[in-house]
Amino acid sequence: MDLSVRIGSLELRNPLMAASGCFGYGVEYADAVDLASIGAVVSKGLFIKERSGHPPQRIVETPSGMLNAIGLQGIGVHRYIKEKLPELRRLGATNVINICGSTLDEYVELARILSDAEGVHALEINISCPNIKEGGITFGCSLHGTFDVVSAIKKVTHLPVIPKLTPNVTDVASIAKSAEDAGADAVSLVNTFLAMAIDVETRRPKLSNIVGGLSGPAIRPIAVRMVYECRRAVKIPIIGMGGIANATDALEFMIAGATAVQVGTANFVDPFIWSKLLAGMRDYMQRHSVARIADLVGSVDTSTREKQWISS
Amino acid sequence: MPVDIEARVISNTRLSPDYNVIALAAPDIADATAPGQFVMVKPGRGGDPLLRRPFSVFEVLRERGRVTGITLLSKRVGITTTMLFDAVEGDVVSCLGPLGKPFELVDPPAEAWMVAGGVGLAPFATLAEALVARGTKTTLFYGARSGKELFYLDWFASRGIELKLATEDGTNGDKGRITVPLERELQRAGSADVMVYACGPEPMLEAVAHVAAKYGRPSQVSVERVMGCGMGGCYSCVIPVKDAGGGQHYVRSCIGGPVFKGAELVWD
Repeated sequence: MDLSVRIGSLELRNPLMAASGCFGYGVEYADAVDLASIGAVVSKGLFIKERSGHPPQRIVETPSGMLNAIGLQGIGVHRYIKEKLPELRRLGATNVINICGSTLDEYVELARILSDAEGVHALEINISCPNIKEGGITFGCSLHGTFDVVSAIKKVTHLPVIPKLTPNVTDVASIAKSAEDAGADAVSLVNTFLAMAIDVETRRPKLSNIVGGLSGPAIRPIAVRMVYECRRAVKIPIIGMGGIANATDALEFMIAGATAVQVGTANFVDPFIWSKLLAGMRDYMQRHSVARIADLVGSVDTSTREKQWISS
Repeated sequence: MPVDIEARVISNTRLSPDYNVIALAAPDIADATAPGQFVMVKPGRGGDPLLRRPFSVFEVLRERGRVTGITLLSKRVGITTTMLFDAVEGDVVSCLGPLGKPFELVDPPAEAWMVAGGVGLAPFATLAEALVARGTKTTLFYGARSGKELFYLDWFASRGIELKLATEDGTNGDKGRITVPLERELQRAGSADVMVYACGPEPMLEAVAHVAAKYGRPSQVSVERVMGCGMGGCYSCVIPVKDAGGGQHYVRSCIGGPVFKGAELVWD
């Protein structure tokens, strides 16, 4: 059985990736998980400088989901390269670094710095964090912004460039197309859905940031639909995510059109989920006589349902 | 390294209309737990609650010299604690642990003063046993709203722990907050070497840390913040900690704690 998939020039041993912001810097999980057994580890979002993030309360649970407004607390790119990357290299992790900037120049600077670092395998461009005012969401919500940031980064790096898209737009497929036109090697989607929860007793928002991003199984069907739409709009690989909690969920995203998938919230519930996901995927491949998991990508059969979907 | 156990409920004892002690068959966790560590718990498999919740390990259960499981002291306030309150023998509770930094123990001639508020009693049963085993003189300051909410008094007394109680309605011990007897005893303590341990609501922890510092005694406090994963993955359970330079930075209480030195925290 061949579980490997290809994201631009990057070959992953399997389609599973730990989602940014849901796996610390990866080293936190080294005691529990063989990091080399996961397709790739996506780092927590990194700015050039350290950031303290939002005050607590930073998360709140909702049925089958959670809202977060962490605010990208982070150690900055220089400490990451010095303190985390050597350990991740030693553990054999495939490292995708999620980068965040307030300006185009900051993204370019981060891409330059990381392109010179040993053990970095790809860049995920965060133009979709819903929780910070100054972040790249302003790029990720417009076609021009997405095009500009991706093309600027492509000019300074040899690494695969993967913009991470927000679902908080009218038409995510057009943003994906804009990223493709700018030379993106892949797109990852979706980031969290902007959401809110209020304590009715106190009439106060439950999050200190007032609003936050919704993740978890609650968003999965919307995310699957968005991956499906993007698959029809672009040729570059799609990395799908949004509420994946078991192998069936992961396969659903791949069949909708994702070449690889990221798992976030479910890792909070079960840090040992990775081997269970792989076992479930292998079992599926055996039952369906699928030799290469890459053959499943975009294999959804809409032949009899296409008309209904368009008219609904 | 933490383990994840689908732990069978051995027994579930209701102590009051809100409090219960649930015993879980989790020998591997019991065996590895140090006082002050916690487990991440999820009863049931559904999506509500989706996330686990942190609980201090209350007791380590032993049978004929072998560890068999742990208990959790729980107070019914939300979905998870209601499910734990309602659980019956034979139910299964997913239990990940042990997690977090334990208390630092002290040896004689130093004394240990444990200060508990309400359900904050939870980490002190294992701590008391570890201290007693080292021969450290140990006192439990234990406060609650009323005498009906003071539990396990005999358990501690029978292990040689001295009890100092306070209740807000005055039904047992001093009337008022637990800092009342704590401050009185600190005034009397002379030059004795005392380590203050505290667990309870954060305003209580702040007050205890201040009183301890006022009388020149170090403190270790176990905090409880809204926690997502318990492993350092999500950055939700942060608490502000003082910098060397006079500023502050957020530390994840799951892996940087839950036990902190009282003097290093910034109370927000």
